[in-house]
Amino acid sequence: MSRTSRSDMNIPKKPLELKKYFSIALFLTILFASGWFADFSLIEVFRGIGETKEILTKMFFHTDWSYLSNLLGPLKETIQMSIVGTMIGSIAAIPIAVFSARNFIKNKVFTAFWRNFLGVFRTIPALVFAAIFASVFGLNSFSGMLSLAVFTFGLLAKLIYEAMEGIDHGAVEALEASGASQLSILRYAFVPQVLPQYLSFILYAFEINIRSASILGYVGAGGIGVYYQRNLSFFRYERIGTIVILTFAVVLVTDAISAKIREKLV
Amino acid sequence: MVEIKNLTKIYPNGVKALEDVSLTIEEGEFVAIIGLSGAGKSTLLRMINKMIEPTSGDVLINGESIVAAKGKKLRRMRRDIGMIFQSFNLVKRSKVLTNVLAGRIAYHHPIVTTLGLFPEKDKQIAFEALHRVNILEKAYNRADELSGGQMQRVAIARSLAQEPKILLADEPVASLDPITTIHVMNDLRRINRELKLTTLVNLHHVDLALKYSHRIIGLQGGHLVFDGPSSEVNDDVLRQIYGRELLEEEVLGDVEDLEV
Repeated sequence: MSRTSRSDMNIPKKPLELKKYFSIALFLTILFASGWFADFSLIEVFRGIGETKEILTKMFFHTDWSYLSNLLGPLKETIQMSIVGTMIGSIAAIPIAVFSARNFIKNKVFTAFWRNFLGVFRTIPALVFAAIFASVFGLNSFSGMLSLAVFTFGLLAKLIYEAMEGIDHGAVEALEASGASQLSILRYAFVPQVLPQYLSFILYAFEINIRSASILGYVGAGGIGVYYQRNLSFFRYERIGTIVILTFAVVLVTDAISAKIREKLV
Repeated sequence: MVEIKNLTKIYPNGVKALEDVSLTIEEGEFVAIIGLSGAGKSTLLRMINKMIEPTSGDVLINGESIVAAKGKKLRRMRRDIGMIFQSFNLVKRSKVLTNVLAGRIAYHHPIVTTLGLFPEKDKQIAFEALHRVNILEKAYNRADELSGGQMQRVAIARSLAQEPKILLADEPVASLDPITTIHVMNDLRRINRELKLTTLVNLHHVDLALKYSHRIIGLQGGHLVFDGPSSEVNDDVLRQIYGRELLEEEVLGDVEDLEV
């Protein structure tokens, strides 16, 4: 292309990027304002460095490896809690997700009701559920499992109905036109399109649950968290280090396996 | 027989898509509906199986009003009306056979089909439908492995599996290339002849409509402006439908002229 033809082009003027600068200013304002509200002080942070360093050294340089054998039992319990909780929660999520999907149920009041119902479950943290269940069902892993099931239920139901609303609507239309009933449309248009995502959501929930399961014991809901609580109250940081490293290893392994499977699914 | 009586559709946003259209379609006819985008072709076609509910007027399928039908009755009437779409509307993740079997769903109790328990006879019907559109060898492929033309043939097979009395085709070739277009149109014409299946097709291309159909229905701004045999379509008629004469480049041209 010749130079002259290039000068013929009417390149539009670059628009002012006011919006960008405004966003940055807004972000900085919020950052500093929230620091001020929270009484954040850098001086305090520096003062705390010495103590923090001491604790971290205990945790990761004087780690009590002999403590590991005490942890295997509770670790197994934590993993069991997560598996069962994830399973129960993700099965229970299916009907409510179906009730909430606007492209499946046309009654807006009905879907809104179930959506808000799910909102309640996502507002309450798993730890709070664990505390409530522990006071009802006692200080055991059943309470922990139940709180994970409830958390998974809230999370998965939302993810599923959003996946349902994201499907290609053509197949639904075709089935409707052929005289298929709602149940058949669910089975032959929604299920095949949502199933791989659903399985991937279950694994994702399991990843989160393994992580939160290790802290649930803190409020007495069984598993490895009980040992966090026990050792923290006696300032046994070299043992806390052992628990952290073990939990980290388990989380790493689950994430890796789950990522591998999810890759294959979608 | 399809009797359309004073059919009017006004959408909630106030758009008058169709106004007072009356037609009768005899059994075994191959009818093309032509007109500009927004002329009401799709609206007309979709009111025949009540995928769109008319504002007023009636549609009688062999004497029975589908407009008045609800629930089970409506599903039973839709079962006898096959429909194919511009975007094929297959479940891409499912196998071709599963997609075709979906056409049999309305014949069974929901529990039976939900469990995937299609009788052997249904599978036979599905295979025959696939064979009729020459795509039987793809029965166990996933739908997303197929080309556009192959997908549309599977969609035709799915509606054939319904063993319908009427076939509605809403822009069936609009997303296909010219060669595939001819194959799909040939399939539709052959099925119309072999099964005496009443066929209504929405088409963008006038020349395709003239080549394949016995009868042309012309819509313009929601009004019926022409209804007659293809042989009577002349420049005057086209001017009425399209508001002006067609330019040479707006005609698809004969396939024989196309380089493959």
